[in-house]
Amino acid sequence: MQSSRKAIGETLLKVENVTLSFGAVKAIQDVSFEIRRHEILAIIGPNGAGKTSMLNVINGAYHPQHGIITFKGQPRHDMDKHEAAAMGIARTFQNVALFKGMSTLDNILTGRNLKMKRGLFAQMLYFGPALDEEVEHRRKVEDIIDFLEINAIRKTPVGRLPYGLQKRVELGRALAAEPDLLLLDEPMAGMNVEEKEDMCRFILDVNEEFGTTIALIEHDMGVVMDISDRVVVLDYGRKIAEGTPNEVRRNQTVIDAYLGVSH
Amino acid sequence: MLYRDSGQFKSTYEDDRAIFPIAQDRYAMLALLAVAFVAVPILGNDYWLRSIFTPFLIYSLAAIGLNILTGYAGQVSLGAGGFMAVGAFSVYNLLVRVPEINFILALVFGGLVAAAVGALFGIPSLRIKGLYLMVATLAAQFFIEWSFTKFPWFTNYAPSGVISATPIDMFGWKVEESWERYVLALAVVTAMALVAKNLVRGSIGRSWMAIRDMDVAAEIIGIQPMQTKLLAFAVSSFYCGVAGALWAYLYLGTVEPVAFGINTSFQILFMIIIGGLGSILGSFLGAGFIILLPIFINIAGTGLGLNLSTAFISHMEFIIFGSLIILFLIVEPHGLARLWQIAKEKLRLWPFPY
Repeated sequence: MQSSRKAIGETLLKVENVTLSFGAVKAIQDVSFEIRRHEILAIIGPNGAGKTSMLNVINGAYHPQHGIITFKGQPRHDMDKHEAAAMGIARTFQNVALFKGMSTLDNILTGRNLKMKRGLFAQMLYFGPALDEEVEHRRKVEDIIDFLEINAIRKTPVGRLPYGLQKRVELGRALAAEPDLLLLDEPMAGMNVEEKEDMCRFILDVNEEFGTTIALIEHDMGVVMDISDRVVVLDYGRKIAEGTPNEVRRNQTVIDAYLGVSH
Repeated sequence: MLYRDSGQFKSTYEDDRAIFPIAQDRYAMLALLAVAFVAVPILGNDYWLRSIFTPFLIYSLAAIGLNILTGYAGQVSLGAGGFMAVGAFSVYNLLVRVPEINFILALVFGGLVAAAVGALFGIPSLRIKGLYLMVATLAAQFFIEWSFTKFPWFTNYAPSGVISATPIDMFGWKVEESWERYVLALAVVTAMALVAKNLVRGSIGRSWMAIRDMDVAAEIIGIQPMQTKLLAFAVSSFYCGVAGALWAYLYLGTVEPVAFGINTSFQILFMIIIGGLGSILGSFLGAGFIILLPIFINIAGTGLGLNLSTAFISHMEFIIFGSLIILFLIVEPHGLARLWQIAKEKLRLWPFPY
């Protein structure tokens, strides 16, 4: 239904034969898939399937032993965290990873740090180029704050915010970097139905208005089936299925992985 | 009733980012500066200027330095005294060898040397955190103290290992009187406190706080931990270095390396804990507290007509000090600066609670 409205483009990121192991534990084994421009890709699977590890590989937190990751046409063996951020990959975390002592505004502004170029001496003076730059970025951040409807908590230290809002601020921080690829690690974990609906709306809006490509991990199957264009299913570190939500839903291997098989 | 921000609308982001967005705060700050620059040097007596205000200002500067590193960037350090020594001894060596150089330039030089040494000793912070980093900076403290005693070149081969501050001459202004020393210290501290405030409210300050609060997330955003931490170490040590040089030249006059011992480092750490971690204002409050408390205890002791022995008083100082530090850690971990902030919030509504 959605895929008919927006144009899903060429491949943005391609993961080929990635294998990641920690000692004897094989977290990811020989997984390949691709993320296409403008799509919402859901990565699902039972606990311990290697979903978060996969995101960590994509944004460079983990370095896989084998495999090739191609982002924007550049193939490489592994990503580096800083490079990944500079190339336009942003993410949120399963357990909210905000800067607790800073206000909502500062948290989101920090998301734009890579784009702020003024050096030490300009910032020491404050007035002049550094202030111009601050104000310019502040405008962009205020747009995001409007978009996420968090105007009222602009100056509140994020440590004091309820969980649902913290998740939203974290999304805002990721958006502030204007990423090409947004990785969301369980954006709706621990939320009630209303909060989930809000978050879904934001994810769909980000995808449609900014054209951001989104890869998300989610356990709520209703949400996954509703908002994603394609689904990749992992189980015990292997990819067991890939396709549209409807295809995946009917896939016998997926059903077995979730419900178990009698032997 | 007087402290109200209603009716003060901010229509630009520039206004919103001002240090004192509320007009009353701005006037109060200007008044305070006027008092500090004009009234205090005229009215203050020699004892107060020399033994209380000047050391208070210099300690505040060192506390700002440590606060940048520990309060903002989250890297616990016990090396502040050592970096102060580096500043003092580099300024001394520069002025002994090149006497015609301006004192302010010498201060900058001392700060830069301290910054380089600080960045060097900050390298372990890339791998270790918290208590372990504290031990690593403790090594810096002892190593610096030891090298200034061990190598006579640093003290210009003075037989006693003590350096004497050369007279300060700035564009013909001979800084000798205690009010002159006070004004020079005040000018340096005011300018550097402003610069520190500018740094911590800009993108550099945000990257420091990001590393402090959640280093994993900071890296994912693209903040490079190495550059950020080393910059914090360098800037912090610059502040400590300048403070050390002022301590030697404006306060003590004659300095031996022991003057910047581990006790100094601890004292500065207590200042920022009591004053408030991650607050420039807190650095001043903490320094004031630590400088004034012994004097207050002294006055209170004699004021009560108790005939106390000096040993008893100094022991009481330790006891009161220790218990206050514990009290602060339990009751208000954000220090005096946070209390001040709460008081201001309350004052905004006073006397009507709505």
